[in-house]
Amino acid sequence: MSELLSNIAECIEFGKINKVAPFPPQMKGQDGADELTRQALDEGISAQRILTEGLMVGMEKVGIKFRENKVFVPQVLMSAKAMSTAMIHLKPFFLSGEVKEKGTFIIGTVEGDLHDIGKNLVSMMVEGNGWKVVDLGTDVKAEQFVSAIKEHQNAFVGLSALLTTTMVSMEKITKAIKEAIPEAKVAVGGAPVTDDFRKKIGADVYSPDPQGLVEYLNAQVA
Amino acid sequence: MGKILDKIKLGKVLVSDGAWGTFLQQKGLKTGECPEEWNITHPDEVLDIARSYIEAGADMVETNSFGGTRFKLEKYGLEDKVFELNKAAAEISRKAAGDKFVLGSVGPTGKILMMGDVTEEELFEAFKEQAKGLESGGADAIMIETMSDLDEARIAIQAAKQHTRLEVFCTMTFEKTVTGEFRSMMGVSPTEMVQTLVGAGAELIGANCGNGMVGMVAIVEEIRKANAEIPILVHANAGMPVYSDGETVFPEKPDEMATLVPKIIKAGANVIGGCCGTTPEHICKVRDAIDKS
Ligand code: B1M
Repeated sequence: MSELLSNIAECIEFGKINKVAPFPPQMKGQDGADELTRQALDEGISAQRILTEGLMVGMEKVGIKFRENKVFVPQVLMSAKAMSTAMIHLKPFFLSGEVKEKGTFIIGTVEGDLHDIGKNLVSMMVEGNGWKVVDLGTDVKAEQFVSAIKEHQNAFVGLSALLTTTMVSMEKITKAIKEAIPEAKVAVGGAPVTDDFRKKIGADVYSPDPQGLVEYLNAQVA
Repeated sequence: MGKILDKIKLGKVLVSDGAWGTFLQQKGLKTGECPEEWNITHPDEVLDIARSYIEAGADMVETNSFGGTRFKLEKYGLEDKVFELNKAAAEISRKAAGDKFVLGSVGPTGKILMMGDVTEEELFEAFKEQAKGLESGGADAIMIETMSDLDEARIAIQAAKQHTRLEVFCTMTFEKTVTGEFRSMMGVSPTEMVQTLVGAGAELIGANCGNGMVGMVAIVEEIRKANAEIPILVHANAGMPVYSDGETVFPEKPDEMATLVPKIIKAGANVIGGCCGTTPEHICKVRDAIDKS
């Protein structure tokens, strides 16, 4: 059983989406994240375990290799795709209440910024942890965040930015949110963001990785 | 034509221009506004930028068309204006350049081929459309720049080669990895770049953005080692950006940039210009340094 989970982790790590996927060449013809996740569910492994002991383990490994420049964007993209393919099987369990929804999390990449790989990973992990996620996409302006928070009462909001130039708009957006909804909690993240910067712009929490954000969110509703 | 290449063959080191994006912002371009739309709405401001680089001593000036493919313009609902906006961009720079050269700027589309965002055919059509607009506005060369994906770069080169009569140049953006090698965002090294770009028909290749002059020297050395003949262009940043007090600052001063000019020429560069953070003053100092060396 745990072998199956480690095989799933391996599919994520190397970006093996499904059996027919030609990438990566060394795994040609083998089952991918798609088939193995289905199989794990059929064998009665819980969606939560598949996520934390399979998918997230694999994703963490690519993340580390990417940071060390041992793999590059194409591999990370394939891993993200393998992960989202597997998540399709898990989603019904999170939505059906087998895992109860803990609250709503609104996320978007800030105005002027089109990077969405990191934001999508954060979305998947937050969702996989039992939160309803409202994804506003990329290049999201202050007004869009504000109206989403108004629509989803008590939602937490997360801003992602990957450029030193767009990280600046986090300040503007955080101010606009706090002005419109003073009690709203704003999380910030993305490669150039630091906790110092978070303090300076008046946001509530910074996390360098999705796991830290999930822990923060869970602690808020515990 | 072969005009720019002819000069390089005579053994001349040429000067290109400096940053456009930051310059446009200084002139009032706001985030969320389309830079290329300014070719129609604020032509005098755009002309002023082009002119200030020519006055600083540049032998060539780029066009305000970096985001001029339909994939970038569609974010502003301007995807039907590709030809018009690119033509206007080239006309403005042509007007500023006089007998100097105009490089029609073509940047990446932001779409990722391997993710199935677009097909090769769609990319080809998009680059073709942009290149034709630039040619009709009077560009001397198509300058495909800051590419990170080899396939996208190759397709852009092929589209420009097959559908214009202009010289076709291409640069990629490299970052230094933790192991000290240079790689593009998609993992391509300068050495790997050379064969594909030259094979696709690029007549000049190089690097821009992502590095100050110091990094560029090492990149040029690597390209030169892989190919002894191909003309090389660099557009270096004014150092590496630092974030301070709500602003992104490029720290390298014009004099600092100019001191490295002899070194980068020795490494094999044929055209030297600037990218993020560089100003007409940087270009002026580079001009002086080249004239002296
Ligand atoms: C709310 O709470 C939270 C909590 C945690 C959060 C969070 C929010 N958000 C993220 N996290 C955290 O969790 C995630 C998972 O661990 C992490 O997310 P990350 O996003 O950090 O990590 C991802 C999993 C993987 N990382 C990434 O996805 C980014 C990788 C790199 C290579 C990158 C990519 C892929 C791309 N890019 Co661009 N890109 C680069 C990046 C360089 C690098 N090596 O990192 C960077 C960020 N890019 C850069 C640049 C300059 C650009 N890019 C551009 C374009 C692109 C592509 C389209 C080609 C592509 C994006 C594709 C896409 N759909 O996202 C352009 C800008 C477009 C725009 N307006 O946004 C362009 C301007 C290039 C150009 N000349 O056109 C540089 C920024 C320089 C700077 N400091 O400002 C850059 C560092 C590369 C470089 N050195 O030149 C954490 O940060």
